[in-house]
Amino acid sequence: MCLAIPARIVRLEPGDQALIDVGGIRKQISVALVDGLAPDDWVVVHVGYALARLDPAAAAATLATMAAAGIDAGALA
Amino acid sequence: MKYVDEFRDAALARGLAAAIAREADPARRYHFMEFCGGHTHAISRYGVADLLPANVRMIHGPGCPVCVLPIGRIDLAIGLALERGVILCSYGDTMRVPASAGRSLLRAKAEGADVRMVYSAADALRIARAHPEREVVFLAIGFETTTPPTALVLREARALGVANFSVLCNHVLTPAAIVNILESPEVRTLGTVPLDGFVGPAHVSTVIGTEPYEFFAQEYRKPVVIAGFEPLDVMQAILMLVRQVNERRCVVENQFSRVVDRDGNVKAQALVAEVFELRREFEWRGLGTVPYSALRIRDAFGAHDAERRFGLVYQAVPDNKACECGAILRGLKRPVDCKLFGGACTPETPMGSCMVSSEGACAAHYSYGRFRDREAAGAAEALRA
Amino acid sequence: MNTAPRREYHRPLDLKRGRVELAHGAGGRATAQLVEELFLAAFDNEWLRPLNDAASLPVPAGRLVMATDSHVVSPLFFPGGDIGALSVHGTVNDVAMAGAMPLYLAAGFVLEEGYPLADLRRIVSSMAAAAKAAGVPVVTGDTKVVEQGKGDGVYITTTGVGVVPPGISLDGAAAREGDAIFVSGTIGDHGVAIMSKRENLEFETEILSDSAPLHRLVAALLAACPRIRVLRDPTRGGLATTLNEIARASGVGMLLEETAIPVAPAVAAACEFLGLDPLYVANEGKLIAIAPAADADTVLAALRAHPQGRDAALIGRVTRDPDHFVQMRTGLGGRRVVDWLTGDQLPRIC
Repeated sequence: MCLAIPARIVRLEPGDQALIDVGGIRKQISVALVDGLAPDDWVVVHVGYALARLDPAAAAATLATMAAAGIDAGALA
Repeated sequence: MKYVDEFRDAALARGLAAAIAREADPARRYHFMEFCGGHTHAISRYGVADLLPANVRMIHGPGCPVCVLPIGRIDLAIGLALERGVILCSYGDTMRVPASAGRSLLRAKAEGADVRMVYSAADALRIARAHPEREVVFLAIGFETTTPPTALVLREARALGVANFSVLCNHVLTPAAIVNILESPEVRTLGTVPLDGFVGPAHVSTVIGTEPYEFFAQEYRKPVVIAGFEPLDVMQAILMLVRQVNERRCVVENQFSRVVDRDGNVKAQALVAEVFELRREFEWRGLGTVPYSALRIRDAFGAHDAERRFGLVYQAVPDNKACECGAILRGLKRPVDCKLFGGACTPETPMGSCMVSSEGACAAHYSYGRFRDREAAGAAEALRA
Repeated sequence: MNTAPRREYHRPLDLKRGRVELAHGAGGRATAQLVEELFLAAFDNEWLRPLNDAASLPVPAGRLVMATDSHVVSPLFFPGGDIGALSVHGTVNDVAMAGAMPLYLAAGFVLEEGYPLADLRRIVSSMAAAAKAAGVPVVTGDTKVVEQGKGDGVYITTTGVGVVPPGISLDGAAAREGDAIFVSGTIGDHGVAIMSKRENLEFETEILSDSAPLHRLVAALLAACPRIRVLRDPTRGGLATTLNEIARASGVGMLLEETAIPVAPAVAAACEFLGLDPLYVANEGKLIAIAPAADADTVLAALRAHPQGRDAALIGRVTRDPDHFVQMRTGLGGRRVVDWLTGDQLPRIC
């Protein structure tokens, strides 16, 4: 069961809560399951809870690998 | 949306499709099971099958917790709402699933039951605190992704002494289901279902990490690639699986490295262990009884266990005899092989687990893919002509 | 000329603190006062003023078009609109989609005992403003009151009439293979605006309903291209359901391009968040147009020239399909069916 969405932490709020931003939509969610978050960190949110951090560097690396896979090594001059 | 749109890029998709076509060995077929319902949905909704070569086929697995929720468990929830007058809180997905006597939670609501849709377990607790004079029951479903939120809410309920709040727990475990499929005779011994590898669940893995899958790779000699939720993630995972098969490797690889690591969310795991324990067995709709595959609430939180609180007794309810969900969930048959598909069984009138939610193999195929049946029939006709 | 004497009431309606009472629907003095001091005061026009049971109306020559809609939206007030304005726009649009210029509206109210008069006045004022802006007066109406608990505050049924000018013939069954399919702007705005206000689904960034009257856009469109075959507004069930309806009625299929379908970024994000597909979310200020392929450029230009059609797009073609499938080429380059809506769209967590 997987519907979870990447979200940016706008600010932390008391009671293990945070205001997040998803494409301009703002919502308050719980960050009780992820420690040490700060504004501008990215998390993955599921049913109103942050489940894990999202690592921007790893995301960029994954995209680069995808792009590289598409290049046919034999076709390069 | 950042970290979503980039992973749906058409140009990158074409590149990955070309890579898969290049590297897939034309002399053999590849069969991969995507376990997670979210992946089934993504594949259907984006038409990923159109981007794969004909010899790479995806088999839709049972990773949809709404789909595998037995009718008998929904009956328990409906009973609580209709006969015991509780406020029954449920995620949207479960509201329409038909249970016994032609009822669903939505129909029960129409009959006067106080059934409320919630987006989050915390909403259910909030309702309980707002209505101390009423019993409030949260119908908890889901794999390991959804279990930590329920655990948090149970801990909070106990700490705050919200006596009128309880949870009807149907949380199930991913590795147990994968083992069940791999242990089925058709896969293990008969080899009738060639399963060359698994696309592992995205968000379940954020919680449990990649470590639990190492067992399958070693014991059953099947590669596993944990894939992110977007269509490009799935395609890259398929490419990685093709490579493993070609190179005769059977390891766990992590495509979803931007969110998943080997250990997972240790804090969430500890919390779940504090609140829940394993059931010896649990019925999965379509798969039958699976040992050590589900969770129940520990004694320490027993006051908030709806099963204990209301003395609930589970009664199994069999599916229609003609329903082929069991075979479809194991990859033995496809939706069109089922006599009921598209006739008696449609998303409007689901007869079995594969049709009840938009992630079930049959629902996904019906909603997104029926034009392929026509094309396949046409191709078959052309061959015969 | 109307010379009926005005009735005298002991006290004016307490529109600040008063509430709807059963007497307001009984047909007697209380009803009359409610009609005069609230409804007539807001809608005021020469056909309504006599306050007869029926309005007597001049109608130009031509084919008469009539449409009716009941409005049970909840919540009654939502970002970008309310049930009053919505009830005007919805019926004006149904009449307009037949190619007719809307002329008059009738409005029936079912009020719940206890509903605050202040809120009712807000709704009626909004309705009157919408009617005035659209140039379509409310000429007759009815009011009933049900007991507390038996209603949802306010239900409004509006009926509209209009006349179709000669030479215009629009029909859901008229789509033909090869025709071009257009949408007049971004989809999903209204449904998401509604959901954003409902209990349990709260967003802090406002997404506004697109509720609007489209008859002037339709007039401009038909003037530029009288050969348009089908016009329809994709309300409940969204773009997908409306296209499936037309496909079935016309006996055709369709092929859409996902990348061509306009969705506002905030709406896309909200749908992503909720697990909704914008294709199935209601719109209240958009239209679908189907026209012969040869007229595609004209239609698109006419739409975009109008303030209500700035984001218009060509989104697909009508095809031959014995199963009447509406198919779509996805953003990824794959293909899928865009099926009818199944039941009510409930947010997914899976």
